[in-house]
Amino acid sequence: MTEDALVVAEHRRGELRDVSYEAITAGRELADARGGDCHVAVIAGDVDAFAEDLNREGVDAIHVVPNGEEFDHTVYQAAVRQLAERIDAGSVVIPNSVNGLDYAPALAEDLGVPIATDAIGVAYDDGLSVTREMYGSKVETTVDVTGDRFVVTVRGGEWPPAEGVGDAAVETAEVDLPEPGARVTGFEEVGGGDVDIADADVLVSVGRGIGEEENLELVEALADALGATLSASRPIVDNGWLPKNRQVGQSGKVVTPDVYIAVGISGAVQHVAGMKGADTIVAINTDPNAPIFDIADYGIVGDLFDVVPALTAEFE
Amino acid sequence: MKVLVTVKEVAAVSDDFAIEGTAVAPADLEYGLNEWDDYAIEAAAQLAESGIAEEVVAVTIGPERAEETIRTALAKGADRAVRVWDDAFETGFADVNAKATVLEAVVADEEPDLILGGVQAADTGFGATGVALAERVGFEHAAVVNDLEIDSGAGVAHVHRELEGGIEELTDVDLPAVLTVQTGLNEPRYASLRGIRQAQQKEIAARELADLGLAAADVESDLTIASMSEPECESDAELIEGDAAAAASRLAEVLRETGVVA
Repeated sequence: MTEDALVVAEHRRGELRDVSYEAITAGRELADARGGDCHVAVIAGDVDAFAEDLNREGVDAIHVVPNGEEFDHTVYQAAVRQLAERIDAGSVVIPNSVNGLDYAPALAEDLGVPIATDAIGVAYDDGLSVTREMYGSKVETTVDVTGDRFVVTVRGGEWPPAEGVGDAAVETAEVDLPEPGARVTGFEEVGGGDVDIADADVLVSVGRGIGEEENLELVEALADALGATLSASRPIVDNGWLPKNRQVGQSGKVVTPDVYIAVGISGAVQHVAGMKGADTIVAINTDPNAPIFDIADYGIVGDLFDVVPALTAEFE
Repeated sequence: MKVLVTVKEVAAVSDDFAIEGTAVAPADLEYGLNEWDDYAIEAAAQLAESGIAEEVVAVTIGPERAEETIRTALAKGADRAVRVWDDAFETGFADVNAKATVLEAVVADEEPDLILGGVQAADTGFGATGVALAERVGFEHAAVVNDLEIDSGAGVAHVHRELEGGIEELTDVDLPAVLTVQTGLNEPRYASLRGIRQAQQKEIAARELADLGLAAADVESDLTIASMSEPECESDAELIEGDAAAAASRLAEVLRETGVVA
């Protein structure tokens, strides 16, 4: 039924990713708002074990597609399209992840429905309304979507995970798969090396605000004085100023130190995902509206080129 | 081979900005080249320099103002550019579908072997146009590429996709393909003075929908912005006031209180 939601789980290397359970909550919300059922699809890998984990409260049916081991966009697109058509699901809910963005837009085209990505909230009343951000999280928008069928991708960490144990029926779905035009040949772990920033108790983390590579000396001196480890946000690593193993964030490391000092880091959502679990967060930034202050425990709105040397001096 | 690079002029809001209705006040927006697209341009320029790409064409959907941005792409190595704009876009927000429709028409004209674009636009952040376009035009695709090697003889792109948590997926993608590229893929060059001079001589073809065989109804957006606001500040941070020395002294106290810093 069009009222139904179909949520697609995400897993990697044998483990379901947290966003899968969060997406179920979002899917359940949409199904409730529309008076429909919440279906969950899990594709490739150990689907039976995944189905057991995904069988949470609020899940009405689980469809397993046991084709392949890992994510493959050809398989995911074909399987989700066929399932969505079979169920006639009006709401297709997909994690807004690197893999989600590798097939959700093509799937929406394939289904001939609109897509809204990176949702942080959903509501349905005569039609879908999606809450999402613009301009690097500085603006929040409500976006109305025309029609009763759509694909929506949901940002991780925005919905509570579905919990409990459900009594959904699990069934194996047979799908027709086209010849793939892209083939996954392997995986590579990056960011190994001498230092594991995830082990550090205190991290001094540097971002774009540092301006020039030679200014890194300033934060290195602070890290030395504190006995801390130096880490960084993405732009510093993109520039090649620090190696990949120092990167905090979604595509780098997730860290949970006792103290995290963010120097010249604005606090983009991808960065925050990697450090919000720190016990004490300190932010030093010139922009009082920088999102990093939203999650900081202590903030200094000021010029890092004045504050950092002064702080270093306090510990020397 | 022929490479099409999709570029977008994106807006950033200034530190203080006002919201008027469902948009940021025009005076509070600053425009520039989308950061992700800069890496796509660089990748295309490198393919041209290594003899793999015979021609690099930049395409943008944007008003006349966007010519400055597209000149940057030309200065960095694109041979010519196509800029699509129409009154139909003036009134609202173009969704993924509308953009894919326009780009599909440009692809039909240009017949590229490879399409490169940024993973997402810094302003709207949908991250969907490239992969949607691939489906439209029947190309293969890969999203969030942070390493790229083209084997034009075999008709394959060997790419790494940057997954979360420091894992890269190694994938072989058949050409023709759309690749959306992540920052850090390469080191985007600065436009040289010579490049900037040359860019003045390069062609930017302005196209309206009718030139592409499209009508306003073809690019009607299914998504509309119903409201816009500044997110509520959820900060309960203690802001430490005072000059740098005073603030540093107070912060040092706080850090010592945590017990992990001596």
